[in-house]
Amino acid sequence: MDNKIKMQAKNVDFFYGKNQALKNVNLNVYANKVTAMIGPSGCGKSTFIRLFNRMNELVAHTTLKGKILLDDLDINSPLVDAVDIRKRVGMVFQKPNPFPKTIFENISYGLKVNGIKDKAFIEQKVEDSLKKAVIWAEVKDRLNDSALKLSGGQQQRLCIARCLAVETEVILFDEPCASLDPISTAKIEELILELKKDYSIVIVTHNMQQAARVSDYTGFFLLGELIEFGKTQDIFTAPKDKKTEAYITGRFG
Amino acid sequence: MERHFDVELADLKSSILQMGDLVEEAIIDSVEALKQLRKDKAARVIAEDKIVDECELKIDEECLDLLALRQPMAVDLRFITMAMKISTDLERMADLAVDISQRVLELADKPLLKPLVDIPKLTLLAQKMTRDAISSFVNKDAELARIVISSDREADNLRDLVQQELLNDYISKNKTTIPRAIPLLLIARHLERICDHATNIAEDVIYMVEAKVVKHHLEKLDENS
Repeated sequence: MDNKIKMQAKNVDFFYGKNQALKNVNLNVYANKVTAMIGPSGCGKSTFIRLFNRMNELVAHTTLKGKILLDDLDINSPLVDAVDIRKRVGMVFQKPNPFPKTIFENISYGLKVNGIKDKAFIEQKVEDSLKKAVIWAEVKDRLNDSALKLSGGQQQRLCIARCLAVETEVILFDEPCASLDPISTAKIEELILELKKDYSIVIVTHNMQQAARVSDYTGFFLLGELIEFGKTQDIFTAPKDKKTEAYITGRFG
Repeated sequence: MERHFDVELADLKSSILQMGDLVEEAIIDSVEALKQLRKDKAARVIAEDKIVDECELKIDEECLDLLALRQPMAVDLRFITMAMKISTDLERMADLAVDISQRVLELADKPLLKPLVDIPKLTLLAQKMTRDAISSFVNKDAELARIVISSDREADNLRDLVQQELLNDYISKNKTTIPRAIPLLLIARHLERICDHATNIAEDVIYMVEAKVVKHHLEKLDENS
């Protein structure tokens, strides 16, 4: 594992009130790689991924111990603004959540709130982002239509484009294909494989096969613990831990 | 839609092609060693077999990863599972080239019992069948695979000719020829086995391309022959 580390979780414990959701998790997210988190419902994988852009602090009565580093920056340091972190670490959710605005505005919004006013620059950025998310050809003639008119798969790719428009470095995907059909799913997976050339990617998925298809590294979570982490091909052909083996062969979970 | 998976399948294909080249070279070199009675050449074939073994392990690993990580279906599934079987056949073919080379080491200290006539013919056939079997796999060419399968009978005939000649003209007439006749007899047998493996590959190719089982004569390939 001699790749460059982009993000790092160090001795992470996380609590919802008194309930401990994560127990001493240590994990590296490598640059320009896809890292997948798998595990049964309630194992802590979504809680974990949300730490990478401080989404959990929006939930009341939560406590984080340990550190999350982005490059060498402690993202929870009091000097760091969560908004800046979320710009660098974007997130795509299970259910596509486009703004109830036009396709164009969905992408330009992030730029405008960041104070960018140059119209030509914004137009170019919108086009580039939509192209990178492989949705440009489908929407270029209807940029002023409501984003809500798009299909689920298109809305998801639009949300990915929205992440790309700001200066994102890491993209977190939380079950991005859970509500999509197999063809739209295949498109998103191909897109993820394309995006890793420029971004570091973390994906949480219930679908083990999807983790196998798209990721370079896989972490298996169970009851808040990271049971095993390694190269995806090792995890899926010869896992070291009996619990990982039982889970990926469908013996429990 | 061009898939990332297609790139991985192309890599697997080139691994098979690379292994096929090495095996073909081993077969040619082993028979060249025989023709020239060169121990050094035979020894090199034996030593280089480990490269072929490494290829087999690498292909097995590639196939296993693709099966586990890509969940291939239909034609992709048949391609990967057949690639696994084909690499096993290729590895055995290289082992047979090693066997031939070992016979050459046994023969090299004395002149050959007789001029080689049918063994070179069998070698050419083995070489052609090997090359065609691999091309049929790489190009998904079921027609070429069928030609390979139908050549197997010729290989059997050539082996029988060598066997009969050695038995009737040498071994049964003069027992002192036995030490020099048996290795030749075995070499003909090794070459014929190489053709059998090429046939196996061709049968797997037909399954891969057409999803049709032609093994164990389940399909009559050539009604007229």
